[in-house]
Amino acid sequence: MDGTLPTQKQHLIDPEICIRCNTCEATCPVGAITHDDNNYVVDAATCNHCMDCVAPCPTGAVDHWFAVASPFSLEEQFSWQELPARIESPDATVDALDDEAAALITQAHQGAGGSARAPASASKPRVNLFNRANPAQAKVTGNFRVTKRGTSSDVRHIVLDFGAVAFPVLEGQSIGIVPPGTDAQGRAHAMRLYSISSARDGERPNTNNLALTIKRVEETQPDGSVMRGVASNYMCDLAIGESVQVIGPFGATFLMPDDPDTDLLLFCTGTGSAPFRAFTERRRRLSSQGKGRLHMFFGARTPEELPYFGPLQKVPSSVLEQRLVFSRQPGQKREYVQDRLRIEGEAVAKLLRRDTTHIYICGLRGLEQGVEDAFATIGRQYGIDWPALRATMREQGRYHVETY
Amino acid sequence: MPDGMKVDYDGLIPNNVGLSEDARVRKALETWHPGYIDWWKDMGPDGFQESLVYLRTAISVDPKGWAKFDYVRMPEYKWGVLLAPQVEGRLIGFGAHKGEPAWQDIPGEYRGLLRRLMVIQGDTEPASVEQQRFLGKTAPSLYDLRNLFQVNVEEGRHLWAMVYLLQKYLGKDGREEAEELLKRRSGHQDSPRMLGAFNEETPDWVSFFMFTYFTDRDGKMQLEALAQSGFDPLSRTCRFMLTEEAHHMFVGETGVQRIIERTAQVMKDNAITDPNDVARIRAHGAIDLPALQRKLNLHFSLTLDLFGNEVSTNAANAYNSGLKGRYREDKLDDDHRLLDSTYKVLRPRDGEIVANDVPALSALNMRLRDDYVVDAASGVGRWNKVLEKAGINFRLTLPHVAFNRKIGEFSKSHVNPDGQVIDAATWAVNIDRWLPSSDDKLYITSLMKPVSAIGEYASWIAPPKVGIDNKPGNFEYVKLWES
Repeated sequence: MDGTLPTQKQHLIDPEICIRCNTCEATCPVGAITHDDNNYVVDAATCNHCMDCVAPCPTGAVDHWFAVASPFSLEEQFSWQELPARIESPDATVDALDDEAAALITQAHQGAGGSARAPASASKPRVNLFNRANPAQAKVTGNFRVTKRGTSSDVRHIVLDFGAVAFPVLEGQSIGIVPPGTDAQGRAHAMRLYSISSARDGERPNTNNLALTIKRVEETQPDGSVMRGVASNYMCDLAIGESVQVIGPFGATFLMPDDPDTDLLLFCTGTGSAPFRAFTERRRRLSSQGKGRLHMFFGARTPEELPYFGPLQKVPSSVLEQRLVFSRQPGQKREYVQDRLRIEGEAVAKLLRRDTTHIYICGLRGLEQGVEDAFATIGRQYGIDWPALRATMREQGRYHVETY
Repeated sequence: MPDGMKVDYDGLIPNNVGLSEDARVRKALETWHPGYIDWWKDMGPDGFQESLVYLRTAISVDPKGWAKFDYVRMPEYKWGVLLAPQVEGRLIGFGAHKGEPAWQDIPGEYRGLLRRLMVIQGDTEPASVEQQRFLGKTAPSLYDLRNLFQVNVEEGRHLWAMVYLLQKYLGKDGREEAEELLKRRSGHQDSPRMLGAFNEETPDWVSFFMFTYFTDRDGKMQLEALAQSGFDPLSRTCRFMLTEEAHHMFVGETGVQRIIERTAQVMKDNAITDPNDVARIRAHGAIDLPALQRKLNLHFSLTLDLFGNEVSTNAANAYNSGLKGRYREDKLDDDHRLLDSTYKVLRPRDGEIVANDVPALSALNMRLRDDYVVDAASGVGRWNKVLEKAGINFRLTLPHVAFNRKIGEFSKSHVNPDGQVIDAATWAVNIDRWLPSSDDKLYITSLMKPVSAIGEYASWIAPPKVGIDNKPGNFEYVKLWES
């Protein structure tokens, strides 16, 4: 590899792990996998990243994706005794093999101020098992509103069941939806990413489904017309039993640590709470295995507009400490997430000093700046070099931003 | 999802063969089911029936759907009848019927032959579960315990696969054979399993890894040959089974590799350079390479016997009838009839081992065995890479195919691991150098102590490089005490 920047993702097989059982070659629908006496290899020119070979591989050897400037040839791969060392680059983590999804994720993670890394103890995610050309079919088995009726914020909890199709996800990952139909120019719609709001083992344990938290986008324009989001309205209007085409899963860094002793500081507004609902469910199902807790700062205009306000009341504080913050509560001062963060400065500073604390910020763009300013204040107050700590945490996979 | 891939989980028996519309076969299988569960409880893993095991279950035969991982109690495992999707317009690829459409039912004249092929294959599946039933008590880690149980439940499913074919296509005869499969017992004096290697005990985990590497690889070769069958349901069954069999190969290959890695580490840590310095290596609780070589010699030679007589009219008939092909027949470039060609068969002649040409049709067992040896040798090469990397001057080798044979051309000869014919006295003097000695057995038995702390491994085996389902090192693969 020379010094040029990686521009594509290449599927490779780890010769040290592979047992040459031929399962991948027999499974590959496009004949991209072949072998000689030494190795099983993937032809980069033929592989279409369909992922059919990944689940049947008994060893995990087949599940390797390198960001490369130019693909390794078959001859190079045949000669390997082990995979070449990975080059360190901003693109080294593969969030998605799909360029459209990768661009969306990169954009959402920009607020972290540097390239993201997964937490050290995060499970290895599967990405891109399904793409635009070959989406998974899911069935809608739930669609209900999680904000109070009568408020302008229509946020919905939508459950998609995958039936016999395996769609393995981790908390923090997203799925891609392309609304059916075409735009005004007659082109297929762009893909939207939605964060999964259920735990890896399903909405209920051991179900092959996942939940999404989606806000219906309906904005009155200055001229009095109403702008209706194509994808969000498509999703929010889905009836039980309807079929949905799902792409993904995507995302390889905004993941939770598996280590149950870690503390997670969570900051969100609106549907930014989706991944944190997933984190909370995951921790709740592991019950009280570890010493770590989730500490959530969740902002909304009113309790009626805070998604999952009712169910949140039932989550024990041993799992999740909640700071619900409201900016339009009649008769009360307007309070934002960052305001509450400053008030809790002492407790937060204590958590920041532990190298087991992870920070996650998820919501509308701008949230990260407010939180950032509050952290800087806390840093000055309690003698913590926040910019340096933030860089370290990001480097260690402990600082994550996903805003849109 | 295309038809034929969707698995029906509504009934008692998960399947993708439309059992809900096939009342006769469904009833037969449901009648057989309680006996199977009884057999599993009697002869399956001893002492772990209530444990929660992180197992893989197929939820569809589509590549994306057949690896769903979850905690399961083994008696509640979803044993099902799963066939690879039917290939439209598939033709018979070899033998006298080459080019004819594959059969969806059994031609009357081949009922006997097919029945025998399916019963022999089916009999090995429960046999290995029986052979391995006490190993759980001495597992070197929860990871290995889980892998053992995954192998066990999949052998159980392979029994289901064969029983379905017997009951669906062979009527009353098939139902009787299905019952008999639950009655025979590995190593039993009066009603043993049908093949020799499946009546040998699997006394320890080194044998288990060697068994899954060498003996399950015979299973792979047989399944590959049956996957070529002109009887389409058998072909489809075997194709799906092969994907599961790959997991067994994985357990064996990585198991032995991890033993070697551990031994290499112990030698390095203690500055032991001589691999034959057995006493010092054993003092650190690792397994010396000469003892590992003897285990290899034993399991390799026992497995070669499973291929039967090198020259066999049964094998010729099965091929000529289009029922059992060669290893990856569809990838071979010849006339696929073999009426005029010959194949070399090794035989002892006057104290030498010679290669004779025999008609290719009757030498099919020899040919499959040759393919097997090539396949088995490649993994041994990868084991040796560990030694090479560690700078240890020792290489594991496959013994000569004539070594320690009880069936076939060499059953009456004494042949050393290098392939020299020797006399009985020389054999007797050297046997402890070539096959596991009582000293080896005592030592290895002394190492067999269970390790059940999460993320820990016994002194004689290294942790795996990658967890199952990408799980981290501290994952609890088996929840032993949850009830």
